[in-house]
Amino acid sequence: MPKLTVDGIEVEVEAGATVLQACEEAGKEIPRFCYHERLSIAGNCRMCLVEMERAPKPVASCAMPAADGMVIKTDSDLVKKARNGVMEFLLINHPLDCPICDQGGECDLQDQAMAYGFDSSRYAEKKRAVKDKELGPIVKTIMTRCIHCTRCVRFSEEVAGVGTMGAVYRGEDTEVGPYIEASINSELSGNLIDLCPVGALTSKPYAFTARPWELKKTDSIDVMDAVGSNIRIDARSSEVLRVLPRINEDVNEEWISDKTRYAIDGLKRQRLDRPYVRVDGKLVPASWDEAFAAIKARVSGLDGKKIAAIAGDTVDCESMTALKDLMGSLGSANIDCRQDGSKVGGPRSSYIFNTTIAGIEEADACLIVGANVRAEAPIINSRLRKRWRATNGDFRVGIIGEKWDPTYKNDYLGAGPETLAEILDGKNDFAKILKAADKPMIIVGMGALNREDGDAVLAATRAIAEKFGMVAGEWNGFNVLHTAASRVGGLDLGFVPGEGCLATNDILDGAAKGAVEVVYLLGADEVDMSKLEKAFVIYQGAMGDAGAQAADVILPGAAYTEKNGTYVNTEGRAQQGWRAVFPRGDAREDWAIVRALSGALDKTLPYNNIDAVRARMVELSPTFASLNVPTKAEWTDFGNAGEMKSDGFMSPVRNFYMTDPISRASVTMAKCTEAFVKDAAAEKVA
Amino acid sequence: MQAKGTPDMLQDKDRIFTNLYGFQDFGLKGAQSRGNWDGTKGLIEKGRDWIIDEMKSSGMRGRGGAGFPTGLKWSFMPKESDGRPSYLVVNADEGEPGTCKDREIMRNDPHTLIEGCLLASFAMNAHAAYIYIRGEFYHEASNLQLAIDQAYEAGLVGKNACGSGWDFDIYLHLGAGAYICGEETALIESLEGKKGQPRLKPPFPANSGLYGCPTTVNNVESIAAVPTILRRGGSWFSSFGRENNHGTKLFAISGHVEKPCTVEEAMSIPLRELIEKHCGGVRGGWDNLLAVIPGGSSVPLMPKDVCDDVLMDFDGLREVGSGLGTAAVIVMDKSTDIVYAIARLSEFYKHESCGQCTPCREGTGWMMRMMTRMVRGEATLDEIDLLWDVTKQVEGHTICALGDAAAWPIQGLIRHFRPEMERRIKEYRARIAA
Repeated sequence: MPKLTVDGIEVEVEAGATVLQACEEAGKEIPRFCYHERLSIAGNCRMCLVEMERAPKPVASCAMPAADGMVIKTDSDLVKKARNGVMEFLLINHPLDCPICDQGGECDLQDQAMAYGFDSSRYAEKKRAVKDKELGPIVKTIMTRCIHCTRCVRFSEEVAGVGTMGAVYRGEDTEVGPYIEASINSELSGNLIDLCPVGALTSKPYAFTARPWELKKTDSIDVMDAVGSNIRIDARSSEVLRVLPRINEDVNEEWISDKTRYAIDGLKRQRLDRPYVRVDGKLVPASWDEAFAAIKARVSGLDGKKIAAIAGDTVDCESMTALKDLMGSLGSANIDCRQDGSKVGGPRSSYIFNTTIAGIEEADACLIVGANVRAEAPIINSRLRKRWRATNGDFRVGIIGEKWDPTYKNDYLGAGPETLAEILDGKNDFAKILKAADKPMIIVGMGALNREDGDAVLAATRAIAEKFGMVAGEWNGFNVLHTAASRVGGLDLGFVPGEGCLATNDILDGAAKGAVEVVYLLGADEVDMSKLEKAFVIYQGAMGDAGAQAADVILPGAAYTEKNGTYVNTEGRAQQGWRAVFPRGDAREDWAIVRALSGALDKTLPYNNIDAVRARMVELSPTFASLNVPTKAEWTDFGNAGEMKSDGFMSPVRNFYMTDPISRASVTMAKCTEAFVKDAAAEKVA
Repeated sequence: MQAKGTPDMLQDKDRIFTNLYGFQDFGLKGAQSRGNWDGTKGLIEKGRDWIIDEMKSSGMRGRGGAGFPTGLKWSFMPKESDGRPSYLVVNADEGEPGTCKDREIMRNDPHTLIEGCLLASFAMNAHAAYIYIRGEFYHEASNLQLAIDQAYEAGLVGKNACGSGWDFDIYLHLGAGAYICGEETALIESLEGKKGQPRLKPPFPANSGLYGCPTTVNNVESIAAVPTILRRGGSWFSSFGRENNHGTKLFAISGHVEKPCTVEEAMSIPLRELIEKHCGGVRGGWDNLLAVIPGGSSVPLMPKDVCDDVLMDFDGLREVGSGLGTAAVIVMDKSTDIVYAIARLSEFYKHESCGQCTPCREGTGWMMRMMTRMVRGEATLDEIDLLWDVTKQVEGHTICALGDAAAWPIQGLIRHFRPEMERRIKEYRARIAA
């Protein structure tokens, strides 16, 4: 623990810390461009120079390891002069186009120029102009503004794992960009925009849209996958304009995936903004009362066994709670939150990511079964990559299922259950790696569990976890990777069929046969709608997707940006998001719709505000009693050992950019699909 | 100041590089006839500490330009391996404008270098040495490779080198001609196959150099002098030159002298004596001298009045605001357009800046453009102060020394030839006014 003095203040920092960190510890702000906590140290911008006693020259504080007895000055004349000089150099070739630059108002260069810049330019020569680069549908480049900090190069190399970016040529002719004309084929490319300290890399879909000071900023939770990335929604009046990451070290650090960031333009299209009722085979606009009356007419007196409900992938826990209670009051336990028909459920440790996302950084071997982690949860894949980098490649990853490129070294073991059996029998070489590991982990994806033999696969993966000591003491290396934001919340709430009642596939089959007469789709769009033709379908949701097409009554709900909601991520971490804008038109928050409907059906639910709903959620599951922390699940018996089919595991995510009604309606996601997904047209969205 | 023709110039018996001009065979036979590879095994048997102590007592300061004591540098290498191998890297990327000494060694006396590599590597616990040679040195690389092959064949290097029991391999690597790859950490990057950009220090190469292993980077001349120093003793070497500036040294004199040459002389020789004894004097006589850049393009120039009695060593030149650098003496007589000469150097540094760090990337271009205008006088008088400011903003703020090297020549110019710069500006302004 070195002790050093910064501007007369004595600080003690951890061994291995840099002088810059020590200065921050002492409360001194050090300007910087190239330095970033999550990237390797480049030391090239020279803005963080400080004076160090006994050093002949000012030193770059970001790169200098803190040592005992150092005496640092951060505000001496020498330091000021050095920083002024560096700032002047940065500005001589930087265009003065702040008025038309999208970075304006949140530009590091602008901000620091206020502190270290001259009032006028002394540079009388011609300025440099650099050709822009084409980086695909997400990142817009104005390379003349580039200050060569190389953050983007280091991000794409280190975090994203695609070596697309680099610096070519030398000296003042240096150009940052892709070595070859190629887009950045990474699910994390949008983070380059956040990392760029100037306006060289800006957001293409958001170009010239708004200034940061015009935006209302709301903290929220992403629903595009089951990671539960912490996001900030920036909106102006009634329009959501952009999504940015919030820092949460335990979940997404400070990255978000491109879908999280850019699918929001889907919220401007195909919206349900008023109730509809099907009259003579046609959906016609209706009032709330008319819609409720139509439902009442169909449901009243109907045996609860003939009513069913399916919850979709992006719904909040509040609305699932309300619907579960409503269905209960109608005498139905035919409810399911697993529209993919998977068998996950049972004891809590059998369906959550027990290790936790941050826990990956302790693991020393990982077996991935039936999950394309890069497409299903890019943020978790970046953690795996981070772990792999931190161990200099000693973190071994074995993959069973489809072949996919995780961006780090891996052992591809096989396609399906046979390989799983080989591992269990110790016949596969990877078994030795798992055996030797202190903290091995397994990630089981929906591709392995949403099959008919899902229960047997679950049992086999549990057996592997047991056999290789994946669950020992505090360590639980058994993980299920979900693809839907609502799934774990739904399972925790018990939005699953009651004893002897119908699950998703039974509901669909029942509806096709006429045994189930009313089906309530809460934001569920991924089921086979052709089986629902005979049934009376109530669709509640925000997007006019497949569910709305099949509906007899449409109840317009709120998108995730338009409501206060609780979501439980794949780790079992309950998190709350806040409303950024109001729902469109006549649409309402979803739990409130269910509550209003319950009144219309004379089954009034006992809650009048969201706090009461949340109190009910705590009654249903302790998950909701402690927000933002994953509650540990007890390791118990689960799964039913049995025959496994020989088919290979197939990830349910065929196209990362389009997985739900919002991203399917998004123009940006469509462009990304066109740019990055091979034979996108041929691949059917699962 | 000795008179012309006095016999106390360095005698042939005290020269380390006895085939500097290539009059004899550069190969193994020739080298052995000149005393190379004589008793190398015995030197190794004296042990690591003895070699390092001899080098320390010789007082040799690195011949690549920075002048860091060689023996001291070697002593930074770990005594015991922590599992990582140690490496010797020889910097043969001689690219400093004006410098032409290492190439003479490699072309005409390569065995001095190879034997030096063996001894130095042994002293630093390194089983491998890499010689990073400038890509343009085709002839030199060919000769050196031939010499290395001969040494392998004769068992002088390779397994059980010279019968000493020490296994030693030597590799020659051709660079691609970037000046910055002569900076030791950029050289290491380049050797690893990456873009030649200097690394941040710390960590220093002695802790983490080539492939993250302890590495010492030495200049060709430093290493090639080692065998002779060890044979004749550190005290022999330290008998030349002033305190703290010992030894003999290759001086490369170019420019406006009658006979430009590369010559081995004792350190601390007066500049005037060096030029008059070995180069036939300045073209048109000593009084026709305008200025001298004494240590390669990176060091500030000295006007004639300084040149009159300055001593050619590290401390002597530093005292007059210049430096010994690589001891590449560039002589300019009164016919020289001194502003243009320095502007040309600015263009060189702008071209060779790697572009990694801000002050050098942006500053070298700015300085070059201002210097280009200064040549024509197309500037204002206070722009000379601005130019000075810019050099000061670059100097000392960069990752490597290229920033300093780009700034110093201009600082030297402004310090000593400001009236000339002002004259041009005034004339230019008068001309456009008319």
